[in-house]
This record gives sequence, structure tokens and C-alpha cells, in this order.
Amino acid sequence: MIDTMSNFWHWFVIIPTVLGLIGCYWLLKANSTGVAADQEAAEDHVWDEDLREYNNPLPKWWYNLFVITIVFGAIYLALYPGLGNFKGLLNWSQLSQYNEEVASAEAGYGPLYEKYSSTKLTELATDPEALKTGKRLFSTYCTTCHGSDARGAKGFPNLHDGEWLYGGEPETIKATVIGGRAGVMPAWGAVMDDDMLKAVVEYVQSLHTNEGDAEKLALGKEKYGLFCVACHGPDGAGNKALGAPDLTNNIWLYGGSDRVLLETLKLGRNGKMPAHGDFLGEDKVHLLAAYVYSLSQQP
Amino acid sequence: MERKIVPIIPAVEIEQHLYEKRQKIYPREVHGIFAKLRIAAVVTLLGLYYGVAWLQWSGRQAVLFDLPARKFYVFGQTFWPQDFFYLTLLLIFAALALFFFTTLAGRLWCGYACPQTVWTETFLWIERLVEGSRSQQIRLDKAKGSRNTIVRKTIKHALWIIFSLWTGFTFVGYFTPIRELGLDVLALSVTGWSLFWILFYSFATYGNAGWMREQVCLHMCPYARFQSSMFDKNTLIISYDVARGEPRGKLKAKAASPTSTGDCIDCTLCVQVCPTGIDIRQGLQYECIGCAACIDACDEVMEKTKKPKGLIRYTTENALEGNPARLLRPRVIIYATVLLALLTVLIYSITQRKLVDIDVIRDRNALYRELDDGTIENTYTLKILNKTEQPQRFKLTATGLDELILQSDDEIIEVDSGSVKNLVVRLQIHYEQVPATSNQVEFHIASESDPDLRTLEPARFLAPQMDN
Repeated sequence: MIDTMSNFWHWFVIIPTVLGLIGCYWLLKANSTGVAADQEAAEDHVWDEDLREYNNPLPKWWYNLFVITIVFGAIYLALYPGLGNFKGLLNWSQLSQYNEEVASAEAGYGPLYEKYSSTKLTELATDPEALKTGKRLFSTYCTTCHGSDARGAKGFPNLHDGEWLYGGEPETIKATVIGGRAGVMPAWGAVMDDDMLKAVVEYVQSLHTNEGDAEKLALGKEKYGLFCVACHGPDGAGNKALGAPDLTNNIWLYGGSDRVLLETLKLGRNGKMPAHGDFLGEDKVHLLAAYVYSLSQQP
Repeated sequence: MERKIVPIIPAVEIEQHLYEKRQKIYPREVHGIFAKLRIAAVVTLLGLYYGVAWLQWSGRQAVLFDLPARKFYVFGQTFWPQDFFYLTLLLIFAALALFFFTTLAGRLWCGYACPQTVWTETFLWIERLVEGSRSQQIRLDKAKGSRNTIVRKTIKHALWIIFSLWTGFTFVGYFTPIRELGLDVLALSVTGWSLFWILFYSFATYGNAGWMREQVCLHMCPYARFQSSMFDKNTLIISYDVARGEPRGKLKAKAASPTSTGDCIDCTLCVQVCPTGIDIRQGLQYECIGCAACIDACDEVMEKTKKPKGLIRYTTENALEGNPARLLRPRVIIYATVLLALLTVLIYSITQRKLVDIDVIRDRNALYRELDDGTIENTYTLKILNKTEQPQRFKLTATGLDELILQSDDEIIEVDSGSVKNLVVRLQIHYEQVPATSNQVEFHIASESDPDLRTLEPARFLAPQMDN
């Protein structure tokens, strides 16, 4: 944001504004008296046979309204920022007003969240009042990605299914909301050719289906042992410390069809859960975490 | 304010102020049939305004516009913001009624029913009560600074302000329960916006009816200016019968030569009673608000001079020109028909108003969700409105596609009286059953206790393109 303007623009605003104000007053004053128009001018303006325009004096209070408007303008320019870099006597700005309003909202609503902040998450997850507030927070901050029913979307985890990338303990959920997460699946397209990739897909699918083409499975298993095992583990159970998904169940973040799995393997994935700690504050996150935890406790 | 016609003086250049101070008008008190009608209108309308606010209806205020709760109670009906449509209908109806009556009989609204007229009339009455008749008022204003003037003016303004405060209080009483507001006022504990609006409307009443008066009609009111476009030659207007009245002359002149003068004795009573200060004998003018005070005044004079009444009367341009006057004209009939049709629609639609409503909001982030078993899922947030006076338990169903499954985390859909429930639901269908990428579905909701209480809302079900 540019807070100040250069000297030239500063005066470029001030001079015409002030001159304009004075000019308005001069114009008003100069035209308030004069010679009443003669009959000839009035004769020119005739409509519908006999409708004539005459010069009738305007009401005096109308004139006064103009004066009041000019005075109002002058007072406004003195109080509020309007003349170049001049900040105004009230020292008002949009930012200061925003900060004031946020502060007053915090003062008003803060205690509502604060009263829950010392209650344990597992306890909060059974408190209907706390969950109501949590649900509202969720609707405001989380539904954009996780959906209004918290069942996620492609790339955004379902929070109902009890399957967690980083762990589903209440405190872990809270840590996830506060700090955010970045889940990186590297792209293997440069390392393996399509046949190898398809073999790995066959192998990964077999982890929950227990079936597949033996030849492909052998190649897939070999490549898996080389490239995938570091994160997803020798048995495919994943690693919650890294956020590497469990491959042994039929729950997929980006989709579980052969085609999508091939895409994931070849091009990699970049999952991002933004950090909400600074933005929402500890107290709100506490309630949110309790609500999210409660979701995983019901089917 | 008399119309000033700039005199036809050639080229004598006189500098003058082009803005003019308002000349105060002292309308003379008037008696007669139209004055009685107006008093009846004033008493009725003000009676309604000040009285209705206090009526109760089954335990609550009968007419209350609860803005914070967004509920508008009008006797037995509770309107929601979703019913704003009816206000539109009502306003269109009111506008057409204005057209109809104006076409028929000129500015009836201005003369008898407009708040500006009604309150000004009341303020004039108070003014007469304190300051006396027109001539007494003029004398009082001339004697500036005299004790009598100061005392009477003070009393007048005090009464005006009290009346204005009562008006402002009543106005706010339509938006916040008036009984509680009344107690707050008595305890002097009104604060915030209530206080602001009470003072604002008091000030507006005091300013408009006490000070601005006819200037509102002359300079501010848009209706005043466009109503004349609804006039035609068969519209009833208040008019002076030139043929009968002219040449005007004082009674003495008439006595001298009875044949050479008309009926007008130039007593100027018609000018003195006029609230906008015009001379009706100059013909139809935009300032005329159609209050008929001049008719009453003139009729009284005609009676005294033993002449037939109606030198100034409700008449039409056609009648004045000696042409036959027609009351029923195409435009009157058309206005009446449209008005009647609109009234029927308004009443019918209000009686048929749905007391339950459902709004469907699709999730915006994902068009659809593919479950791992091949099911396509769409998520919706439903807002279920219960406008009835009782809590309702609803049954929700979805139709539009075969094999469509409705899933919800809430088993029971119970909505309190006068409230809205947010409900997140999912529609599911296996991808093999989806006919198209975009499908029309419908949510149906019906009360379990009252099967007539039902409604439906269309929505879209989206699915991916199935190409393999």
C-alpha cells in the first residue's frame, strides 16, 4: 500500500480541491443577484400553445442549502484525509477503523471461545454447545475445501472416515490446524517408464485387493521396494510422521482408479493444508479441533 | 406564496437577489362540507397511526416490524424477508390507486390523505388554538418581541414539540415493541438507535408540519409534479367558474350595476384560506393540492350574497367549456380493472402463501465427489424455513433420478416455529445410473403433522463425464 504521494500529486490534489471549493462559493454568490431576465427570453420558451416559462425567484433556503453543502465540504476536508497527504484532524483511516472494529469484535466474542480453551478436546467433543460453535467455525473456515459435510473432495481429505494422513489424535488434529501441512508425493515419471509405473500401480492396487497379474506384480514390487518404501513403508501402511498415506485400504485422497493412480505416480502430488494458528488464534482452533475430532467419532 | 411574474419592463437593469425568503402563509380557518371530510380523514388516519401501534394480537403486538429478527408481524400474518414480493405488489397497488383517483378527481390524495397534509392540518389547528385566527396570527407576528407574542409562540412550539415527540415515539413503536419502549421512555432509559430515531422523526414532523408546510408540496414532492400528467379534460378539478364570476366586483359596484358584474365579489376569502397561498381564480395551478378549502369558503359567501353555490367547485374542464363531461372513460376503466385484478392477486397470493420454504445451496468447491465404490456424490446445504406458529417435524425426500439416495447426518428434521434450520445433505447415485453430467433433481419437504404443509425446490445434480 502506498501511504503517501509525491509532492507533486500532493499539491495536485490540494490546489484544485481548495480552489474548487472557493470557486463554488464564488459562483453561488455571483449568481445570487442579477438582472431578472426580460420578457423576450421568456417568450422564447412556450410549449403546448400557452405554457410559458417565467423567471420565478428560488426559495432562499435553497440558497442556504448550497452554502451548508460548501461548509460541510470544508469541515469534512479538515477532519478526514482528503487533501493530499494531510491526514485529517481525526487521524482516521480505513485501516485504523478496521483495526478498531476487529478489536471490539474480539473483545465481544473472545470470551465465548476462551471459556472452552482449558477444557480437554475429548471432553469438548461431547459437549453439544461447544460442537455447535465448532460447526459454525467449520462452516466459515473449512468448508471451502473439506465441503459443508466435511467429507472432502479430490485432494482434500474426508474428515468423517477415521482415516488420517498425519494422525487422528485430538492433539494431532489441533497441531494440523495450527501449523498446516504440506504433503509432497514426488513425481516418478522421470525415473520410471510407463510400463514400470503401471506395474507399481498394479502392485499398489493389490495391497488391498490381493489380486493382480503375477508378472506385473513382481516388477511392481521390485520398483516399490526401490522408490516407494522409504515413505510408504515395506508393507504399504504409510507413515503418519510424513503424511504418507496408507496404501493398504481403499481410501484415496486423489482417487483410486488405475488411471488416477498412474497420474499420481507419474506427476506427483502437492497437498497443502494452510496454517490457521495465527489467523484464527489458539482458542478458535481448539474448538475447531474438537469439532473435527468429533466428526471422526461418528460414522 | 404568490406567483411572482417577472414584470415586463424592458431594459431597466435592476440588480436584485434571485433567491427569495419564504412568505409565511396564514391559512384562514374554513368551515363546510369539505373541511368536515378532511377533518374526518385526519382523525381517522391519525387515529389509526397512533392507535394501531398499541393493539395486541394473540400475545404480541399486532403490527410490528421486527428488523433485527427480520420478522414482520401484521395481525395474524408473519412476513419474512422472503415475502418482500408482497410489499412490491402492495406498492404497485398503491401507485395504481393514486393514478386511478387522480384521474378521477384530481389530487384527492394530496388534499385529504397525504401525511404532509394530515400533520400540517393538525399543526394548524394547534396554531389556531394558541395564536387565534388568521388576522390575530398576522398581528402577533407583526408585534415581534412583545410579551404576548413570546408567550404564545413558546406555548405553540412546546405543544408542537410534544406532539412531534409522540409521533416519533409511535413511529419507533412500530419497529420495537411499543409497550416496552413506553416504559423505557417513562424511565428515561431510551438509548442508542431508538432514541436517535424517535428524535429524528420528531424533528422531521416538527420541521415538515410546523415550518416547511406547503414548501414540501411545492419544491420537494415528486408526486405533486407528475400528478397533473394524469389529468384529462374529464378529471374533476377544483376550479373557479370564470364565465359566472367575471367581471368580479365589490358588492357596492354590483349594487350600482347588477348586470355588468359577475358573481365574484372579490372578497379574496378563497385566497386567504388557501394553504399553498394561490389564487384559484387564476385557473389550475401546480401549487393546488386539491384541498377544496376555497370551495367551502366561497360557498359560504355565495350563501350570504344569495347567489347559487358553486362559483368555485369540483368540476371538469369539459363542463366548464360547456361540453358533456364523462366520468367513465377508457383510462378510468383500465385503471379500475388493473387495480381490481391486482387486489385479487394480492389477496389470493397472501391466502395461498407457503408457510414452509426450502432453499438449496450447492457446495461451491467441488462439483461432485467420486466415492471409491463408484458412487457419485453431490453435497447441498438446505435451509428449511418454518413460518408457522408451531414447531414442525419434516420429511425430506429427493426425486428426479432413479436410484437416487439421500443421505444426511441429521436423522430428524425438526424446525422451531419461526426459525430456519441448516441441513447438510448428500445425494448419491452410482456412476452407471447417472444419465448426464448435469441433471435436474428436486427436494421435497412435507410436515409430518400437516400434510398440506409441503413444498419443493429444484436443484442440479452434477456428475463427471463418463467416457470409459
